[in-house]
Amino acid sequence: MEVNNANLANQIQDPTKSPSGLKILWKEIVRDKLALISLILLVLITVFVYGTAVVLDQDEIVRVDLFAIHEPPSEEFILGTDYGGRDVFGQLIIGTRNSLSIGFLVTAISGIFGIAFGLIAGYFGGYTDNALMRVLDFFQVLPFTMLVIVFVSIVPNYTILAFSIIMAAFNWMGIARLIRSKALQEKELDYVQASKTLGTSHTKIIFREVMPNISSLIIVTMTLNLAANIGIESGLSFLGFGFPESTPSLGTLLSYATNPQTLEYRWWIWVPAAVLILIMMLMIRNVGEALRRATDARQRRG
Amino acid sequence: MWKFIVRRILITIPQIILLSVLIFLLAQAMPGDALSGLVDPNVSLEQKNALREKLGLNDPWYQKYGEWASGLVQGDLGQSFRFKMPVADLLEQRLINTFWLSLATLIITYIIAIPLGILSGRYNDSILDSSITGYTYLGFATPLFIFALVMLWVFGYQLQWFPTSGSVTPGLEPGTLEYVLSKARHLLLPAISMALIQTVSTVQYLRSEIVDTKQREFIITARAKGASESRVYNRHILRNSLLPIAAFFGYEITFLIGGTVFVEMIFGFPGMGQLFIESINLRDYSVVNAVVLIFGIAAILGALLSDIILSLVDPRIRIK
Repeated sequence: MEVNNANLANQIQDPTKSPSGLKILWKEIVRDKLALISLILLVLITVFVYGTAVVLDQDEIVRVDLFAIHEPPSEEFILGTDYGGRDVFGQLIIGTRNSLSIGFLVTAISGIFGIAFGLIAGYFGGYTDNALMRVLDFFQVLPFTMLVIVFVSIVPNYTILAFSIIMAAFNWMGIARLIRSKALQEKELDYVQASKTLGTSHTKIIFREVMPNISSLIIVTMTLNLAANIGIESGLSFLGFGFPESTPSLGTLLSYATNPQTLEYRWWIWVPAAVLILIMMLMIRNVGEALRRATDARQRRG
Repeated sequence: MWKFIVRRILITIPQIILLSVLIFLLAQAMPGDALSGLVDPNVSLEQKNALREKLGLNDPWYQKYGEWASGLVQGDLGQSFRFKMPVADLLEQRLINTFWLSLATLIITYIIAIPLGILSGRYNDSILDSSITGYTYLGFATPLFIFALVMLWVFGYQLQWFPTSGSVTPGLEPGTLEYVLSKARHLLLPAISMALIQTVSTVQYLRSEIVDTKQREFIITARAKGASESRVYNRHILRNSLLPIAAFFGYEITFLIGGTVFVEMIFGFPGMGQLFIESINLRDYSVVNAVVLIFGIAAILGALLSDIILSLVDPRIRIK
């Protein structure tokens, strides 16, 4: 028994054994200072935004105050007020929280569906793959922005969840295609063949054996998708097809800039939101790029 | 190869039919119909219902789809509730405007992408390359609508180099030189804004193509034969790297469609994208359907075009 334990300890410290996928990802981020700083800042922003949003009352902030319309930044309103006399700084915090929530949800929903779709198509190959890929091709050529807008205008009183599902429904193709091509390679490997010979069920091979093996690719793609989804959501809110003004997102603040007066003279309403979106997207990308490098041993820095 | 092209075209037909069914079903799900907006005290509810029956509004959906689709094939896109005119007439001018905007965007996209991609790929890992890569990095992270807003703010309002809305200065006679110049001036800022963002993926792709081609054996052979550096680049590397770029031309259309909706709203440009948003807000669904259908077909044909070019360029991707 003791010998076994000693062996185990040796194995863990054995330098010739390759480290686990997650460890490589983490090492690459630590090695890339820009990505590390980005990750820390992102975590801080997320914690701050969700923390403050608990204290802040959304209904209080979005209440229209006709005596405080379009006030420039002052001590009472750090970033001034919008056309309804609503505090821009409060909306910025709540907007960031809502944008992040939708971003996470859409990424998760489209990720789960896309990964399952890609794994099944790639693992089974042949006719299954062919049929599924034709479905995917069809979704890929659909005019995404327009269909989401049409759907949003049909669904009455949508919630954060409904909106995320609509967005994810037209947004799962990229990750599905990527996972499928990886699964196609993976299924030819010996461990899959061995597992099949042993009589393991397809479901188990796909989700318990193939999926963990491509987990680093999944993490990378989901990270980069998160940035894209936050951008898309703010774009839709900007056009007026995200959330109503009572549930502001970062795009809602930017949509006030469609008023030329606001765009030209009232920078405090839309510039902070624009800068915040840009910073968040750049930071998520920094992290994502570091993760992407980590999955390719030739490009690793760590 | 002809087999592939025929096969690929055959896939397009069910795609277009599916798209039209999807759009039709969406239209059915939209609240209200042509008569629900009609508030006339002289028309009772019974009369309305009789009229619905007569107009075929109570028929099953596949029957209505059949009628709608046969109208489409004959070029009948229906009537706009709001503008009280055939949708086809309403679309004509908008379609022309959006066509010019898209064309200008595409041209500027390639004017930027090709030199930047070549420079970045040829002198890779130099300071020049890092700054170009930095630009593409930023461009990828920047949402189009934010960039367009900033461009409008800086060049439209602060510097006042460009007009801030419309597609032409009102009062000019069509056909005159001034008219054409005014059109071009109105096009330029939205087109540049869209192109500067759209171009980053092409720049990056061209760069990695060139870096990749540089290390191929036929390039080493060309050098060994004593070909001059410019000949190696212009003849051997460029020709091999530009073809895949040409193939992505069709896919750019999908991006343009998403882009025009934002850019036309921001720059107040009277094109299809702006018409789409206006019609959705006015619940003018026959117009919405027509716009989505036209854009959808354009995207499907763009993908078809890309796949055909790609199959000519790269025999490996031909579907069996």
